Amino acid sequence: MSIGYYPGCSLHGTSREFDESTRAVAPALGIELREIDDWSCCGASSAHSSSHLLGVALPARNLALAEEQGHDAVVAPCAACFSRLATTRYEIAHDANLAEAIPGIIERPFANSVDVVNIVQLLLAHAEKIREGVSAGSGTAAVGQLKVAAYYGCLLVRPVEVAGADDSEVPTTMEQVISACGATPVKWNMAVECCGGSFSMSRTSSVMRLGRAIVDDARKAGADAIVVACPMCHANLDFRQAARSDGDALPVLYLTQLVGLAMGMTPETLGLQRHFVDTKPLLDTLDTRAHELAAKTQAAAAAKTKARDGAVV
Amino acid sequence: MESSRPLATSGDISATGDEPRAADTAPSASVAPRRATLVAEILKRTGVNVMRCYQCGKCSAGCPMATEMTRRPHEVMNLVQRDRRDDLLGSDGIWLCLTCETCSARCPNAADPARVIDTVRQIALEQDTTLAPRAIGAFNRSFLGQIKQTGRMFEVGLAAQYNLRSGHLLQDAAAMPSLLSRGKLRVKPASVKNIAEVRRIFDNVAAAERKAGTQRGHR
Repeated sequence: MSIGYYPGCSLHGTSREFDESTRAVAPALGIELREIDDWSCCGASSAHSSSHLLGVALPARNLALAEEQGHDAVVAPCAACFSRLATTRYEIAHDANLAEAIPGIIERPFANSVDVVNIVQLLLAHAEKIREGVSAGSGTAAVGQLKVAAYYGCLLVRPVEVAGADDSEVPTTMEQVISACGATPVKWNMAVECCGGSFSMSRTSSVMRLGRAIVDDARKAGADAIVVACPMCHANLDFRQAARSDGDALPVLYLTQLVGLAMGMTPETLGLQRHFVDTKPLLDTLDTRAHELAAKTQAAAAAKTKARDGAVV
Repeated sequence: MESSRPLATSGDISATGDEPRAADTAPSASVAPRRATLVAEILKRTGVNVMRCYQCGKCSAGCPMATEMTRRPHEVMNLVQRDRRDDLLGSDGIWLCLTCETCSARCPNAADPARVIDTVRQIALEQDTTLAPRAIGAFNRSFLGQIKQTGRMFEVGLAAQYNLRSGHLLQDAAAMPSLLSRGKLRVKPASVKNIAEVRRIFDNVAAAERKAGTQRGHR
């Protein structure tokens, strides 16, 4: 199966660590990603807030390119790009008039034959490979000690008919990937709440309020970090919350970064140094804890052996 | 995947059954050609029947922006049902919607408030582009301007254009050095090769919409 890679604009800019970690993790899982040649912006929320047709036409050009370049599926790690591409595929499949109009508007043949998947779906399909990589023992020990809040936000669960999550209120797909990594997902309340998304620039005060509630709930639930799969969620929870005056921000990891750490890739390969809330202290603490625990377990086992041998003598 | 939410369909509930009575509309209704009701217009554009809404308020209960709105989602639905065009197009509720879709996912009767609000916003922009709050309109225009220019969204250009258009001249300027030092800012835009093709999409959409009789406000 040939998978076309649609990085989208954010992954070429402020969320380049999402791009770096996706490109690092995919080959380790046996996935070959080929970037769609000459892809253009999906239009995000701005296009469809202004014109419904434009909001469908801009993603359709990219789906048409993927089709022409022989892909069976497109993966878009950015949740907003995924949502626009998947919504476009869905709407064209369910609206004969739209299906007829689109090839004329994008001036390309278009059969709507390419599947659109998000990064959670792609990683979940390779969960067995992740488990194999983890049990090979080369992974960062810290991950086994890590308690994380899986944050889906909006676009990985809604609209229900296009997002492809297992449940729109209590999804578990991200938790399944987190468990495969050996980390522990916490139970919390804000997994599918909105972070303020595209208002990051135009209404920063709202985004600060929404992000604060999400981070506070994750902390209360005992999470050491939040895991996301969306550049806007990351910007709003990492960049925006790093500025909060009480200093109570939490590290925010991309799901691909967690998988990379679990499989033994270095933090630098995965772009962790690019975050605003420093992840190093957390990973160092957990690493120390993991080694202490391992030493304790070893000592206990040795003591047990000694006691048993003593009993024999 | 299978949808757990039935799609809104027209026909099962009359979209015109609750049209405003003559007393509610302009006295000259019998003289001037009557404009289609908002309910009918939204049904025609989207297939969503706003009359399905029975005002349970679940949309507003789950809306992350409801606390900042004077007209919350269920009130927007009600204004559409009562065809209160002026109240509606001037209300902050339609502009503060984040399109998070929580309302539509939870609506017990498939009235799809998110799609309705999205459509009302488009109707408002067609009528008068200045109806959108300056910051939000500035963001959308800057974003689309970027795509027309290079085919992709270039964040530095977007921020600069947005700050000029919105009047928030120095917003996030202090963050620029820390973004740069983290390698998060590209200083030069990367253009798609076939930029002419992307620009023609904008033109073709505009032409198609002119033909369909709607005028767009995003240019």
